[in-house]
This record gives sequence, structure tokens and C-alpha cells, in this order.
Amino acid sequence: MPRPSPHPSRLLAALLVFAAFLGAGCGFSTEDSGGGTNEPETEGITLYSGRIPAAIGPAVDMHEAEAGRDVQVRFAETADLAATLIEEGDASPADVFFAQEPGAIAAVAEAGLLAKLPQDVLDRVPARFRDPEGRWVGVTGRARVIAYNRDAVEESELPPSPFGLTAPEWKGRVGWSPATSSMQEYVTALRARYGDARTKRWLEEMVDNGAVSFPDNVTIRDAIAKGEIDVGLINHYYVAQAIAEGGPGYPVAVYFPPGGLGSLMLLTSVGVLESSDREPEALEFVRSLLSPKSQAFFTTSSKEYPLARGVEPDPSLSVPIGEIPVSDSSLVDLKELQGTIDLMKEAGAL
Amino acid sequence: MAAARRAPAWLLTTGALVGAAAVLPAAYLVVVIAGDLSAALETALSSRALETLLRTAALTAAVVLASIALALPVGWLTVRTDLPGRRIWAVLCTLPLVIPSYVGAYLLVAALGPNGMLQEALGVERLPSIYGFFGAWLVLTLFTFPLLLIPLRATLRRIDPQLEDAARAMGRRPLEVFRTVVLPQLRPVIAAGSLLVALFTISDFGAVSILRYQSFTSEIYVAYQSSFDRVAAAALGAVLVVAMLGLLLVSSRVRGSRPVHRLGPGTLRPTQPYRLGRWRWPALAFCSLVVLVAFVLPVGVLVYWASKGISTGSTSLSTVAALGGNSLLIAAWAAALGALAALAVAVLAVRYPSRTARLVERLAHAGYALPGILVALGLVFFATRAVPALYQTIALLVFAITIHYLPLAIGPIASSLVQLSPRIEEAARGMGRGQAEVFRTITIPLARGGMMAGAALVFLNAMKELTVTLILSPIGFKTLATDIWTQTTYGFYEASAIPALVLLAVAAIPVYLLSEQGAAPP
Repeated sequence: MPRPSPHPSRLLAALLVFAAFLGAGCGFSTEDSGGGTNEPETEGITLYSGRIPAAIGPAVDMHEAEAGRDVQVRFAETADLAATLIEEGDASPADVFFAQEPGAIAAVAEAGLLAKLPQDVLDRVPARFRDPEGRWVGVTGRARVIAYNRDAVEESELPPSPFGLTAPEWKGRVGWSPATSSMQEYVTALRARYGDARTKRWLEEMVDNGAVSFPDNVTIRDAIAKGEIDVGLINHYYVAQAIAEGGPGYPVAVYFPPGGLGSLMLLTSVGVLESSDREPEALEFVRSLLSPKSQAFFTTSSKEYPLARGVEPDPSLSVPIGEIPVSDSSLVDLKELQGTIDLMKEAGAL
Repeated sequence: MAAARRAPAWLLTTGALVGAAAVLPAAYLVVVIAGDLSAALETALSSRALETLLRTAALTAAVVLASIALALPVGWLTVRTDLPGRRIWAVLCTLPLVIPSYVGAYLLVAALGPNGMLQEALGVERLPSIYGFFGAWLVLTLFTFPLLLIPLRATLRRIDPQLEDAARAMGRRPLEVFRTVVLPQLRPVIAAGSLLVALFTISDFGAVSILRYQSFTSEIYVAYQSSFDRVAAAALGAVLVVAMLGLLLVSSRVRGSRPVHRLGPGTLRPTQPYRLGRWRWPALAFCSLVVLVAFVLPVGVLVYWASKGISTGSTSLSTVAALGGNSLLIAAWAAALGALAALAVAVLAVRYPSRTARLVERLAHAGYALPGILVALGLVFFATRAVPALYQTIALLVFAITIHYLPLAIGPIASSLVQLSPRIEEAARGMGRGQAEVFRTITIPLARGGMMAGAALVFLNAMKELTVTLILSPIGFKTLATDIWTQTTYGFYEASAIPALVLLAVAAIPVYLLSEQGAAPP
């Protein structure tokens, strides 16, 4: 059956060429918070961010407005960015690295890529929220908690610590995410406090008790909301954000287990690259992230704990920051992390 | 078959350059592994790695078989029969390819998972679990079988109808004609398409992570995400490259060496479509079922989310349009470059088979067997050292995506070349035409169907590419896929629905034109 011309393959080829030049002509419309960015050489600094735009955008805008300087941001997974920085080495275009997880920034620091921060920057946060060697500093804190479905579980039924989740009544009702770094940080903390044998036994009991593995915190939260599981080990702010969006009827609540290492504070953190040729500007940006204004933004918008001295957490964060144990320096030792992964693999959790 | 002729120097050079470019990510793995060989060997040869490899192999085999079972009937019905609305069916069955596998997995969980839409609609307590092997198999099959369908349809259009006519005239029943006449001619393209499906399955991370099936990429993810162990990650990546070489071997065995081009003279005559008669009803039911699960269901969830997203006003349409322009730009360049580069490789492999040609073809597949993060890091490594001026530019990004998806174009082009008799080219040579001229005036026009199919496959995959784009794009450059990622990372699924639907809409245009292609006389 003959078809009308023009021939589709020519049309297709024309379309491809058109699309290619359309894009080329538009200068690739790279939109950035800084505005006109056709000029590759900017006065500004380059930030590699493991945190998504919604989590840091306004803080970056604030700094741009105040300092009159452009901040160019590359967004990707924290671990991918850490691996990229390590491959780039001295040739990295980045000036600042903002990590979502503590292990990633420790890996970059271990590779000798982070500059030592000046004392005035380090002093903005208490000593327990920064690298003892001064290469990175914490910006916000996220607590490891137990999230639960309010329709299925009473808060009074929850055990005093996650160790209690291996009891028979929790069989098949618990979700966790062994492959995420936040869970692994928590296990590392357990090892430091209770030793490998006790930690391994807990992991094995969790596996035997039918703990359901999820790829990340969001999927755990959503599974609890849907009633797929009843409780889960999770970072607190994922629930806090969902409550802020979904209103008081949202079925998931958080519980800070009071006992032992019930909850644990994990840090998001920044460091300045040794290879940066704009170190003063980069440091100014780090100071801005730790300013009361930015810290207030972090805690009100994403319900994280502000780490800078003198900044009050959002009123919804009922548990005082001082009551939550924080990962101490040994936790970001990568050899420890490797030991944790080996232990989790042996226990069948990973 | 003409005995091994020598390839012209310019073709060999081009092929070698393409092969060298495509092997960069694998070369990076070698560099990293060489840094700590014993640790790498320990990881790669651990019983755990072997166990995971077997799990991945089981999933891959199941996905390939199911993809053949879907693509073969859909391809045949939409090309060779009078099925009502066949072009629309073809487009609808192809589009699932553009849905990123992690989005597809989420959509399936939302639709079929515990307390999902289906369960609510049926009002039942529990549905069979979709997690684990079954879910991963279902999602990967539904969203990758078009990798086989597209080249299969391109080949079906070029099959000589005379053989079938002869068989039919001799009183063979349609099914028998299909089995004895059509199927043997489809073997090369089924082998090539299955290879693409298999390579996609072994390198996928999105679907298996969400559906909780521990496959090989999860191990690579653990190596990076948790311990930042680049040697372990590279060692595991190298295992995938070896697995890829094995799959290539299987694929070429299945492809066979029997020539499938027509021996006689003359041009292809337009095929008379089979009349389905009352068989059209089961045929329509089959296509409807495939489209329902692979297209309507996911798109339905997206539309539902999008309607909620619009009501909360979270996505601006002008932003989405700009993102669409960027996606289109990258995908179009990668498709054009990929088709040209693949043509050189395919012509070498099919027309001038030699040790060198085989090596080039194999090297060119390395980038597709690896997860995106390893491809990206490989180019970070080489670009910052060799061509820092190009680092994180559009040019490097297009280059990276092109070598990542190059095999998608090689397969269809090679299949279409296998179908063409080299005698035509030889005749032109005999009449005194130069090799380059024959290439330009004979080979390229005749391989057009395969080139278009190959370009479309690269295009559709480049549209959804994520990891390489995040790492290697110019700073601030965003595409539809990166926007979907940004939204889903924090669980804003409603907001991700609009860019996902735009992604489908933009991809629909080339897919539609491609399916039109078969209707026109060559």
C-alpha cells in the first residue's frame, strides 16, 4: 500500500538535525539560580551537592544575594559525587562539597582532597559535629528513629530500643534499608557501643524475624503509610516532611527510642576542596551555610536539626538535640565502615 | 559468502577509533584494578560475587525469553498482518522503553503493589507479592522488550515475501510458513535484540533496587555507596564486561553463519498483509493486554499523579519545556553520532569479517554492559587528564552517552546488513565505482532501516539517561530525566509525573515516524 511522501525516514532525520541545532542555538538553556549563565568564566564558586535543590536552593540563593556572587551547583547522589571528586583529583572544578552522608565526605577527606578549615568556621558548631582533623564541618543533623503507622501501632507498644524489634510480635512488620549509608552508620555506632558480637546477633535476629529490606528511607516511609509494614528504621525528617505536607492526618509518626543507642544523629556536612583556587570565597559560602539565617531555613523547611551554636530547632522537633547521641569520630573511619559492611553481609542483612 | 576481503583503510581507521572510544570505560576499570590487583581479584572471585552473578544470569535469561515471547507476536502482527490500528499498537508497545526503569518499578509498585491501586480497586486483602524475582522480571521485560521489538519490526519489513508466497502456494499453513520460512530469517535479529535486552538487564540498577532483587549492580552500588571502594567496584564492573563477552559469544552462535539475504535479483515487492479474519480478535486481545500492562497502567498512574501535581502547582510548564529541549538536544546528537559510529562497526563486522573486525565489535559493546556510574567515572578519569578543556561540556556528555549506548545501534544495523546481499555492492564495484562511493550510494541507503532503528534505540535510551548526565553535563544543565530524579529522590512522585509524561510525549514523535517508515516502499 503506497503512502504519501515525504518519506518518514527523511522526516525523522530532519527532525533529529532540527532538534540538535535548536538546542545548540538556544545556548543549552542551563538554568541556574544565578540567572544568566551563558558565560562560562564566572566570578563565582562551584558547589558539588549531594543534597537536592529543594533542600539547599534557598540557602544558596541567600548567599548569592548577600555576597553578590554566583554559586554554580552540580546536583547528584552524594556517593557518586565523592567518587567523581576522587577521580578528578587536583583537576576538580569544584570548590565546595556538600555531602548528604558522613561516609562520603570522610572518603574525600581521606583521599587528601579537602583543605583544613580555619578555626572560626569550625567553632561555629560544637566539636562533636565536626571532623576532629578540621577538614569538614557539620551543617544539619538527622536523627535515626523508629517510624510507625499510627493506625496499626500504639506508641506505648514500641520497644525502648531497636534491639526490641527482634521480638516475635514484630515478625514481618519491620522495614529497614541495609544498603543505605544511614543504616550502615547506625550499625557502625552499635558496634562501637555494644561490640561486634552483640551487633551481629541483633542483625541476624532482625533477618530471622523477617525484616523487609527497602532501597531507601522514602520507600520505607511510604510502605508504612500504605500499611505494607507497621514500623521502620528511618531518618526522622523524611516523616517530618511528609507530615508537613500531608497534614495532621498523615498516618506515620516518629518515635525516638529512649534506650541505649535508640536514636543516632547523622550529619550532613561541607568541606572546601584543597584544589580550589577560590578558597576565600568558598569559605565565605561555608560560613553562610552556618549563619543563623541559613540554619533557620534548614530546620523550618526540611525539619532537620541545625548544628550551628545558638540556633533553635524547629518547634516540631520535640526531642532536644542534646539527648540524641551523635556519631563520634571513629564512625567516619572508612575501615570501620568496611567492617560494618562485612558484618552485615555475614549476618545476611546485605 | 565472499571470502574475507580486506577492509578499506578509512573504514578500518574509523572502526578502530570507534572501538577505542567505546573501550574507555573498560580501560578505566583496568587502570583502577591494576592499582590493587590482589584486592580486585579477591572481590571478583569471591563466592558472593559468583552467587550474585548466577542470580543475575537467571533474571537475564527469564527477561530475554519473555521479551522474545512478547516482541515476536507483536512485531509480526503489527508489520505483516491487517491487524486494525497496527501502527498505533506498534507505537504504544515501543514507548515503554523511554520510561526509566526506576520510575517503571515505582509505577508498578503503585499500581500492583501491596495496598496499591489494583488492590484497592479489587477490594481484596492481599495480592501476590510483586517484590523479588517476579517483580524485577516483570518490570524489566515490560520496559525492555521494545529493544527487541524495534529492530525486529525493521527486519520483518525487509523480509522477501516471495519465499513465503512460494511456501503458501505449496499449501503450507500460515503458522508453518512462519516457523519454517520467516523464523529462520529472523534469527540474526532475535539474537542481536536479545543481546541488547540481556545487556540492559545485567547493567540495570533502578528496577532491581526498588523491587528488591539482589543482582550484580546492587553489589557495585554497595561498593561505592557504602565503602567508597573504587577497586571493588571496578573489579565487579570487570566481571560484567566478561559476562558481556560471554553473552556476545552466545548471541553470535544463535545468529549463526547462514546467509539470510536473498540470492535472486530484483527489488523487494511490497508485501501483501496476512488477513487475520476471525483471528483478529485474539490478536487484538493480546496486543491490548500488552499495551494495558506496559503502557496504560504506568501512564495512568503518571496522569493521576500529574493531575495532583498540577493542582498543587509544583511544576511550571515553561521549565518543563526547557528541560525537554535539553533532553532532545542530547538524545538527537547521541542518536545521530551513534548511528554513524555503529555503521562503521557493523559494516566492518558483517562485510569484512576478520580478527580485527571482531575485536572492534566486541570492544564497542563494553560501555553498555556497565552501569552508568562506571561509564561516567571512566570518562571523568580520562577527560580530566587528557582533555581538561572538554571536561563537563555538552560535547563530552554527548560523547559519553554515545559510547554508552553504541551497541543499541550496532545490532540493528548489522542485522539489516546481513539481510542484504553483498552482490549488489560487488556489482557496483565491478562497474568501476570506488569503495567510498559504493558505501555512500549503496550500503547506506540499503541499511537505512537498520540505521533508523539503531538511531531510535539510542535516542530513546539517551532521553532517559541519568547518572552520566548528572556527572558529566555542564554545570546547571538539566534534562527531563534529571528533573524526575530530583523529584523522586525526596519522594515527590506527583511532581515527577509531569516531566515523565513530557518525556513520553517527546519520545513518541520519533517512535511514530519510525513505525510509519515500514509503510512506505523502500
